[in-house]
Amino acid sequence: MKSEKLKYRASKTAIGIAAALAMTGAIGITAASAQETFKIGVVTFLSGGAAESFGIPAWNGGKLLIDLLNKGGVLPPPYDKRGFGGMTIEAIPVDEAGGATKQVQEFRNLVQREKVDTVLGYVSSGDCLAIPPVADELKAFTILYDCGTPRVFEEGAYNYVFRSAAHAAMDNISLAKYMKTRGIKADSFAGINQDYAWGQDSWADFVASMSVLMPKAEVKTALFPKIFAGQYGTEISALLREKPDVIHSSLWGGDLQAFVLQAGPRGLFKRSQVALAAGDHVMPQLGNKMPDGVIIGARGMNGLAAKANASPLTKLLWDAYEKEYGVFPVQAPFRMWQGILGLKTAVEKAMESNGGKKPNADELAAAMKGSEWVAPSGLIQMALGDGHQAIQPNAIGTTKWDAATGKMTLVDIEYYAAKCVNPPDGIKAVEWIKAGFPGAECN
Amino acid sequence: MELLAYIVVDGLIYGAWLFIVSVGLTLVFGIMNILNMAHGSLYAIGAYAAASAVGAYFALGGDAFPYGSYIAMVAGAILVAVVLGPVLEIGLLRHFYGRDHVILVLVTYGIFLILEDVMKLIWGVTPLFVSEPYSLLGNVEIGPLYYVTYDFLVIAAAILVGLAVWYVLNRTRRGKVVLAVIHDREMSKTMGVNVDRVFLATFTIGVFLAALGGALTAPMISVSPSIGVNVIILAFAVVIIGGLGSIEGAAIGALFVGIARASSVHLFPEAELFVIYLVMAVVLVFKPEGLFQKTQARKI
Repeated sequence: MKSEKLKYRASKTAIGIAAALAMTGAIGITAASAQETFKIGVVTFLSGGAAESFGIPAWNGGKLLIDLLNKGGVLPPPYDKRGFGGMTIEAIPVDEAGGATKQVQEFRNLVQREKVDTVLGYVSSGDCLAIPPVADELKAFTILYDCGTPRVFEEGAYNYVFRSAAHAAMDNISLAKYMKTRGIKADSFAGINQDYAWGQDSWADFVASMSVLMPKAEVKTALFPKIFAGQYGTEISALLREKPDVIHSSLWGGDLQAFVLQAGPRGLFKRSQVALAAGDHVMPQLGNKMPDGVIIGARGMNGLAAKANASPLTKLLWDAYEKEYGVFPVQAPFRMWQGILGLKTAVEKAMESNGGKKPNADELAAAMKGSEWVAPSGLIQMALGDGHQAIQPNAIGTTKWDAATGKMTLVDIEYYAAKCVNPPDGIKAVEWIKAGFPGAECN
Repeated sequence: MELLAYIVVDGLIYGAWLFIVSVGLTLVFGIMNILNMAHGSLYAIGAYAAASAVGAYFALGGDAFPYGSYIAMVAGAILVAVVLGPVLEIGLLRHFYGRDHVILVLVTYGIFLILEDVMKLIWGVTPLFVSEPYSLLGNVEIGPLYYVTYDFLVIAAAILVGLAVWYVLNRTRRGKVVLAVIHDREMSKTMGVNVDRVFLATFTIGVFLAALGGALTAPMISVSPSIGVNVIILAFAVVIIGGLGSIEGAAIGALFVGIARASSVHLFPEAELFVIYLVMAVVLVFKPEGLFQKTQARKI
């Protein structure tokens, strides 16, 4: 499939003003950099099953932030410099649909033909495992902004590849901790997760976490319907029959929406406490069809959990997104934002070291390694994978419909420090969980 | 006992849904000898049309009589059939009937790809929800079993569709004409049967059945792009088990798959996906032509 190309450039007038300001030293960048562009290949799902839930909201958030950055002076410090270090950001979106083989080819196109300065992308864990070896081969600076598999840096090491979001173990560790700290009855639990790496890993992490935190809890059943199955009547019957206290699920997108629509009328949410590891992204679409009292994670302090704890940066982007798209931002745009802001931080840090020139891949990699920056989702620290893998704080809350405003809200939100729910560097997440979270820093 | 009851009811509900979504596929193959790869897309368009029709119904004041939403769903499926059936059959398929089977499979696969994009052009990628018809009829509580009444409506619809197709084919004059075309197309033509019209009507009914499957499913899911992809795989499994072209076979195949899958989910959930294809493999080992298809002599 041909890559759709949309380019976002500031107006000539804005560039002229920025260049003039630069020459006077008003914004502290060189004249050369003000005339340059910084090209990013943005790879995310623009079609297919993950587009509506993850790809399109992320790209919408990305477009919005790039426009704001290119205007300059809109975001609070340290993001008030125009573009990246004064350079205009130019984004080239590419559809992630089509599988890992196609994505490797698209990656080569972006690097070798389009000559992008950075590739920022990938929702699918399969793509996140396929791209890094090629990125290192081409010496192309690459940021994985969304995918969840811990395997990228637990089983590999790359010079030019970074992941700006925490891996998925945090989601399920946090859910188990929420059960414990909120005193939720969990003598027994069951799971319904999609039958592929994401679902299997999520369930394994949750079971391991529960066995440490609530060792008497008994597993009733573990269901793994096919991804995009759509029909869950039989699974709902099995869950009703087993009567677990807690039902864990990492379903996402249309599968999660269908599950909620089918399980609600059958009373599943009344009979068991349902906990959705990454469920926030269906809340805008489902509205009051999402039952009250469902425990919800957002793969980070994203969405409604971020709004409840909003910094000026978070509030600015939240309001801008809601105004532009008529819907509140969920986890996907938050992860895109933290990826772009992490890249901006690395570019400007590299420019400080190289005299203000546009940095090359080696300079970007050196700047990104072990860095940290503040995103709308909190402080992001490249603390794992020898400085290549981010950790971030997480939040879990409970749904409550607000009839007065006609909006779904999150209540009873628990926030978890990044080092409380992410393993230290050098230990695999699942081993850390099984060892009882040694070294966890939970204030 | 409770477990057995769950397995039977779940199997019946899933089997009924499978029958509705696969009967159009087997009908088109049985009469026209076309393996319609676009069946899943037609199912998805039926779901979209039903969602739009129900949405419009409530927007136009349907709250006063919410049960009318069921009529809106069926009307959506009829609209899809009336528009797409003739367009695809007259505009495309008719020009390839003399060609090899593989060409027709490729043509219908092309239709599938086109329709997937057409859906995005018309409805976008934002999902549609019309869950009102699903919960409108309330719940059924039989002992420990707790189901949504709509599930039983799907069973009733499957029985009705199956009986209607069987009756038309076997007990009406038009049905006899169709059977004559299946038996020998050339001879039927020489006897004055308008084969083109039979094919047009058959394909349009096939489209209606696919769209009806989507329409009945729409209230249970979020209607979004790509929902038809999985359905076509399941529908193929069902019609292969039953025997390509056999209505009775599709019914029995759907029931087999439904019960086998329900048994697996309740007793051995790890095998939920495997069991469907296990049933198919076992049937093909002992009856390669499927449960209900008779071995046919081939014309040379």
